[in-house]
Amino acid sequence: MIAIIDYGVGNLFSLTSSLGSIGAETVITSDPDVIRKADKLLLPGVGAFSDAIAKLRATGLDKVIIEEVRGGKELLGICLGMQMLFEKSYEYGEHEGLGLLKGAVVPMAGVIPSELKIPHIGWNALHVCKENKLFRYVNEGDFVYFVHSYYATDCDESLLATTEYGKELTAAVAYGNVMGCQFHPEKSGSVGLSILRAFCEE
Amino acid sequence: MITKRIIPCLDVKNGRVVKGTNFQGLSDVSSPVELGKYYSDNGADELVFYDITASFEGRQLFTDILRQVASTIFIPLTVGGGINTLDDFDRVLKCGADKVSVNSGAIRDPSLVGEAAKRYGDQCVVLSADIKLVDGVYRVFAKGGRENTGMEAISWIKRCVSEGAGEVVVNSIDTDGVKNGFDIPLLQQVCDAVNVPVIASGGAGSVSHFKELFRAIPTIDAALAASVFHFGEIAIPDLKKDLRSDGITVRL
Repeated sequence: MIAIIDYGVGNLFSLTSSLGSIGAETVITSDPDVIRKADKLLLPGVGAFSDAIAKLRATGLDKVIIEEVRGGKELLGICLGMQMLFEKSYEYGEHEGLGLLKGAVVPMAGVIPSELKIPHIGWNALHVCKENKLFRYVNEGDFVYFVHSYYATDCDESLLATTEYGKELTAAVAYGNVMGCQFHPEKSGSVGLSILRAFCEE
Repeated sequence: MITKRIIPCLDVKNGRVVKGTNFQGLSDVSSPVELGKYYSDNGADELVFYDITASFEGRQLFTDILRQVASTIFIPLTVGGGINTLDDFDRVLKCGADKVSVNSGAIRDPSLVGEAAKRYGDQCVVLSADIKLVDGVYRVFAKGGRENTGMEAISWIKRCVSEGAGEVVVNSIDTDGVKNGFDIPLLQQVCDAVNVPVIASGGAGSVSHFKELFRAIPTIDAALAASVFHFGEIAIPDLKKDLRSDGITVRL
């Protein structure tokens, strides 16, 4: 059973349907007991970093997630859910993240060439940096769907893949049992489904 | 590098795709689910579903259909048609839409764009504008292109983007249905005016029109079309191969 952590942020319809389509059993939950009993955890998220992390803390789920991950449970963060895995974010100020991965989340503005649009919206190619179970079925150059204005940096330890948008941006991370995708696997066609399948597998 | 998107648009009335196609292998040519899946499996980067139903019952049917489409097709879905309030946003987002396109709804109530962007994020709000050149000035038209609002188009688009529209679909009434190519001068002006993705619509008749568009305006993000795809005049995988061989970055 995969627990999709529901802390009131984002639309979980596509994520649930895409996991359903590959035969995964999922439960959308904010119940610590259900999260503790689940085999794997999925942390979604859209919107602003500070709102999302505040909501996660207000429900006390941040502590449950950290405990479970330290106990060895696999976790996949998606989009903002991936960004929250890091130590810090500099989105409108400075905010503490969950600290499960080394690194920080910073704005693209001022870093990428000014003629490029922000957010980075659309299909872009993956450059795979290392081997990992999450990318078991992914080939170099496969396209996935991105929507974001901030990106993770100083995360060499966990860097799994990058994508080129005026600069090499962090596209996916994996370190031990903690994994994350900046892009939306649930919106990335067959490549995205294959990543979700790999996460569900042992 | 980010790819140029090719987006088929499907008009849905009473839960059925209007102007069904004759693609081989489809058992039901006007089923939004089957057609959506066909496009998704055949190179579409995104799908737009446009609800042209007027009745309440038709609306309900549309959301049922949308839910089915969104549980079978895993590429971005944009929904438009009859979006007038935040409740309309809510209704389609809950059924699996990723983005919501507003047109007449924003003209009637210009605060809609800003309120929706605050609640759902800029990336979720797509401004769709029907534009026609009248006496040398680009004007915004309402009610499916039938009524001149008198508003100047570029300033209208800039205003909506500053309030939070995350993408803009520019539909040229002058080139729509003529199949003589996209409205390059209008699209160039819009691309110069805003820094969010711009999607060209209206006028696609052949592969060369897409090439012309992406060559003439390197900053344009996507091209949307309906009939050339639905009637099989252009197959999206062939179009993308042609574009790539021309040096235009696409997802194959």
